[in-house]
Amino acid sequence: MESVHAVELKGITKRFGSNTANDNIDLYVDRGVIMALLGENGSGKTTLMNMLAGIYLPDEGRIFVGGKEVTISSPKDAFDNHIGMIHQHFRLVDVFTAAENVVLGLDEPGRLDIKAASAKVKEISERYGFEIDPDKKIYDMSVSEKQTVEIIKVLYRGADILILDEPTAVLTPQEIERLFKVMKAMRADGKVIIIITHKLNEVMEVSDVVAVLRKGKHIKTVRTAETDPKELTELMVGRKVELNIDRKTPVDPKPRLTIAGLTVKDGEGVKKLDDVGFIAYGGEILGVAGIAGSGQKELLEAIAGLRRIEEGSIIYSPEGKAPQQIVGKSAMEIKDAGVAMAFVPEDRLGMGLVGGMGMTGNMLLRTWNKGKGIFVDRRAPEKLASDVMESLEVVTPGIYYPVRKLSGGNVQKVLVGREIASAPSVLMTAYAVRGLDINTSYTIYNLMCQQKDKGVAVIFVGEDLDVLLELCDRILVLCGGKVSGIVDARTATKEQVGILMTSVGGKGGKADA
Amino acid sequence: MHEKTPLIRLSKREDMPKARVWMIRLGAFIFALLIGMLVFAVAGADPIEAYVTIFKAALGKTTGIRQVVRNAIPLLGTALALAPCFRMRYWNIGAEGQITMGAIAASFFAVHCRNMASLPLLLIMGVGSMVLGGIWSLIPALFKSRWRTNETLFTLMMNYIAIGIAAWLIGGPWEGKPGSQIMPVFSSNAVLPKVLGIQCGWIIVLVLTVVIFVYMRYTKHGYEVQVLGESENTARYAGMNVPKIIMRTAVLSGAICGLVGFLIASGTHGTLYSNVAGGAGFTGITVCWLAQLNPFAMIVIALLLGVLTKGSSTLQTSMAIPASITDIITGIILLCMLGCEFFINYRMHFRENHAKEAK
Repeated sequence: MESVHAVELKGITKRFGSNTANDNIDLYVDRGVIMALLGENGSGKTTLMNMLAGIYLPDEGRIFVGGKEVTISSPKDAFDNHIGMIHQHFRLVDVFTAAENVVLGLDEPGRLDIKAASAKVKEISERYGFEIDPDKKIYDMSVSEKQTVEIIKVLYRGADILILDEPTAVLTPQEIERLFKVMKAMRADGKVIIIITHKLNEVMEVSDVVAVLRKGKHIKTVRTAETDPKELTELMVGRKVELNIDRKTPVDPKPRLTIAGLTVKDGEGVKKLDDVGFIAYGGEILGVAGIAGSGQKELLEAIAGLRRIEEGSIIYSPEGKAPQQIVGKSAMEIKDAGVAMAFVPEDRLGMGLVGGMGMTGNMLLRTWNKGKGIFVDRRAPEKLASDVMESLEVVTPGIYYPVRKLSGGNVQKVLVGREIASAPSVLMTAYAVRGLDINTSYTIYNLMCQQKDKGVAVIFVGEDLDVLLELCDRILVLCGGKVSGIVDARTATKEQVGILMTSVGGKGGKADA
Repeated sequence: MHEKTPLIRLSKREDMPKARVWMIRLGAFIFALLIGMLVFAVAGADPIEAYVTIFKAALGKTTGIRQVVRNAIPLLGTALALAPCFRMRYWNIGAEGQITMGAIAASFFAVHCRNMASLPLLLIMGVGSMVLGGIWSLIPALFKSRWRTNETLFTLMMNYIAIGIAAWLIGGPWEGKPGSQIMPVFSSNAVLPKVLGIQCGWIIVLVLTVVIFVYMRYTKHGYEVQVLGESENTARYAGMNVPKIIMRTAVLSGAICGLVGFLIASGTHGTLYSNVAGGAGFTGITVCWLAQLNPFAMIVIALLLGVLTKGSSTLQTSMAIPASITDIITGIILLCMLGCEFFINYRMHFRENHAKEAK
């Protein structure tokens, strides 16, 4: 008689249209185990877990919880089976307190006793080492605190099986440390924890077993202690990969963008950038680090002329031409002067690309206004589209195939390829590798390095500190719209950057610019 | 264990073969005609005979075909006018009012330039109708691009104002016999000439079909409209002047609607009524969507609706079936045609009966 697993999936298949997200997956987890679900974006990790959480129904296959077969067709069913999922996007009511959010939606008989709920939230916090004030409103909380509320919400409902979807994506290194401690405390309490991730160092640090998914299939489950990052990468990608970034020492860097006292407000009059100043040099990669929403997006948009600037100056000094002030110029003028932005916002297709058009139509975005007459010239963009398709190995049925239907990596290649093709002297990218597989990510990193070697000033807004430290020459850290420091990427440590991310003018905040 | 699985589940599907798409659409049309038979039967008429009468009346005689084309002209014109707006995701549902304003402008010149030669008079009427229709459409667009007002409600409300103005004019300043509340017919120099027995508006809308097709597909303006419709942020990123594009497209749309108003007033009625647009401004929306913004498909849809309208008036006289019955059938056809898009975009999964399989 085989032992009973806490959760077991048998032959799970889920299709979306012609796309098979999960293909005949068999998987199990035991009590008191932290399992990492590892795979590249689009490998079906979240889809699989959503079927445990009652968001999707499997097309085929069976789910067993504690040895008993169950059907989970709603989040309530999931809770009835003691399964709780913490999603990437939080589902909290901003104007409620932590305790109110925790009891929200519970259908308990009698009057709502918020005091008792508060006490229970406290008790759960103490048991696992959370730091949370049950009476604090959500809108006063940091991202990490909100995540804590989500975890408590799930525990309060009696979950023994916790699924965390990319929980570290929004956290600083110190907060990640704290989260892992809590996860280990929960493991000691006999809970099952499944953490969805694509970061290898986290897998190695926190998990007991690793299940690797690739293109919707379960490739292998290995014990963390018996594997190493290299093997995991190969399992994840499906072949041997060489991953290195060719970072050269900048040759004769000259100031390209000199920014001083830059202040930008959002629609509600809240300062998004506060007295930001730095110099970006031609021939170097300047990384921009910070917690999500610290002003990265606003900074790039301000430089590109897409945002109203309250105060400050941006002096642009192109090669062999007189420096010019670009504050007050239109987006079109700035672009024509050679400042390119391959901006990848939260929604990849929201800015920079037109999802319903093919590669040609998207190449046209840069040149649609060129040429005389009322008709658009499609010949040049057609050629450019073919060139980009070839040089960056874009996988598409054709240059007229809507880019919306391409995979994330290919969409990004189209965007970055177009911006680089315009021969910019400043190249700005934000989250350029978000959602890309490892290989494509490194293709993009090396494209950035090539641009830098050509003397372009590259500004690279990134999320992954390891990558920032490996790729950039200097890293500018933003915190709450202010520059909290600029560090040398070759000598700085992850912890140093992490501290700067949460403290304005913290230690080591002496700008060397 | 499967008692909790929903009976029907939906999932999105992609890239259905073109032939199959058209099969589904044809199927939906036939399905609608079958339901229509039921409606005729309930109304106490022989369904087969009713359909035969409709198609005979519409397509059996030259006069019938002429009437069909006459009916189709405003529908096609309006659908063409709306296509750029809808491509931009600017929901102009004010075509009815823009048509009315166009008709008013045409009538103004018909009344006040009675003694001009026919050709220059018609030209002035045409241009005047486009200008007034364009201005009428510019007002909500101006508010939209300046203060981000909702164009849907705004354009809708503008309809009632336009119709009110027309009603006041024909009952007041332009009234014929005192107390008649009717405007006298235009003098003959203000009436559009006929080509092949139909007012020459059909040539104008056919030319317009090609023009709009080229405009949307090959011009810079067309490209701007398409980008803006997909994402305003991308349009700004590409350096496009968003307010200008919104206003320009709205004016174009209103101008074409105004021209349609001129075609109806001068070509069809030879006078101004307060309901001169006669619902074409709304039916045009349906034509536009059924054709999925494709100008050439609009010709087919507009003609189909023209057939049904012509057929219904004949049914009323020859079989004593109220015209409203045909309106119901038209409604059923439109509903089925729009509804079948659902089956093109989604796949349905029925709950499988495992108990049966086990036996």
